Amino acid sequence: MSHPETAKRGMHLAEFGMLMAIIGTLLHHHIVTYTWIIAGLSIGSLVGLAMGLWVPMTAMPQRTALSHAFGAFAAALVGISEYFRHAGHLGKIEMSALGFEVMLGSLTTTGSLLAFAKLQGLVRGTPMTYKGQNIFNMALLATTVVIFIYLIFVPGSMPLFFAMAGLAFVFGLLLVMPIGSADMPVVMSLLNSYAGLASAATGFVLSNNVLIIAGTLDGFSGFILSILMCRAMNRSITNVLFGAFGSAATAAAGADQHGTMREVGLEDIATQLAYANKVVFVPGYGLATAQAQHAVRELADVLEKRGVTVKYGIHPVAGRMPGHMNVLLAEANVPYSSLYELEQINPEFPTTDVAVVIGANDVVNPDARDNPTSPIAGMPILEVDKSKSVVVLKRGQGKGFSGLENPLFFKPVTGMLYGDAKDTLTRLVQAVQHA
Amino acid sequence: MTVDTLISALYVFALAAFLGYQVISRVPPLLHTPLMSATNAISGISLVGSIVTAGANYNKVSTILGFIAVVCSTTNVVGGFVITDRMLKMFKRKDVAKKE
Repeated sequence: MSHPETAKRGMHLAEFGMLMAIIGTLLHHHIVTYTWIIAGLSIGSLVGLAMGLWVPMTAMPQRTALSHAFGAFAAALVGISEYFRHAGHLGKIEMSALGFEVMLGSLTTTGSLLAFAKLQGLVRGTPMTYKGQNIFNMALLATTVVIFIYLIFVPGSMPLFFAMAGLAFVFGLLLVMPIGSADMPVVMSLLNSYAGLASAATGFVLSNNVLIIAGTLDGFSGFILSILMCRAMNRSITNVLFGAFGSAATAAAGADQHGTMREVGLEDIATQLAYANKVVFVPGYGLATAQAQHAVRELADVLEKRGVTVKYGIHPVAGRMPGHMNVLLAEANVPYSSLYELEQINPEFPTTDVAVVIGANDVVNPDARDNPTSPIAGMPILEVDKSKSVVVLKRGQGKGFSGLENPLFFKPVTGMLYGDAKDTLTRLVQAVQHA
Repeated sequence: MTVDTLISALYVFALAAFLGYQVISRVPPLLHTPLMSATNAISGISLVGSIVTAGANYNKVSTILGFIAVVCSTTNVVGGFVITDRMLKMFKRKDVAKKE
């Protein structure tokens, strides 16, 4: 997976390996009845295929969250079933692994389902907090762990086992409740990691090496992604999980923005773009919600025909999950060689004629760099304010998902172009063609 | 599970962790989303455990739970691979994109 070209080959190998593992298991001597298995495999394949083929790329974060839920649920169910089977005659080691598996699996299931709901808009995206929340969560977790440890020594107490599982399910919900939409990328990576670790725990319980290896790989992948996301936001992981970003914002961002936001006309911008040497597009979650990825590519095409150099600056936590923007733009046929990471594109902004910010907010907020009291202080940003001119495409004057004021909008170098991104970009295409 | 089995299982875990770190840290941010869906698909290997649970006919509860687990895991495996495939197909280089 280190390069798009070799990734496809790697995936085919993985698929083949998976098939072999499944066939090998089906021939296992423990298997007596095949009816349930066939039924399960068929239903699962149908659902999986349907989801895989029909989910639009913009719904990728939601689908990924659902996938975590399924994987974790399967692990939790196997754990519960194993407990049932042995009805309390479990050695300490087995019980520990099983307990881990059920706890982790349960909380990841509910946590991922809530993440799905938040992403899909079924539940508010703003952080849901209440007084003493962290203490309550910690207490709940402590109780669950205490029951877990007790069960290791007294595995026979079935009601306690179910209590532990139930508490874990609840804890998953509570853990994800205070996470704001902007912090979703980290939580998604974490849940990815937990789902994998739950599978690895299953491997310990069933003494199955394949499960251990696969689960650990998944667990680590998610974990590394989480660390990367946190570094990209310059916040520690505890801060993300327990910091309730939203509430911090209202307290600290005292400096009210004075000054006005300069609105610009479409024709002016079109002219600027048409006669520029270098243009950099900076996409954010707004690009996804406006479904404007095709429109931005059309604009890029038109500009490139005129000899303008077009690049895209992708911030690591732009969007709602790691790599969100890359996938969105790839779907619009933007060649990945035009996509640049933060460290690559930042040095280029001083020589950029126009930086076009589409539905992005925190990732270009200079407060992260200049204002030490800002909630996002220290977070590496795309330094569009160093360009010769900045255009911000935004629906309106609101504060965006994170609720933070953005001084970029008030700087003299910036012009605001209000309206639906897709609509604006399409009209820009026509305007540039006539320029 | 004996202590011996536990030790060898931990050994496997440690090796996998090391391997995982090496491999994953080389994936560029460009491919992070397909990475997540691919690892989801791979973690669907828990299908292996679910199949045994569903098919070994231990008791009614286990079979039902195993059945549900099989459905969930299969969805993950099939869906995960299909989606990853879809995503990877989209990543084109400039010269290839121009030809289309």
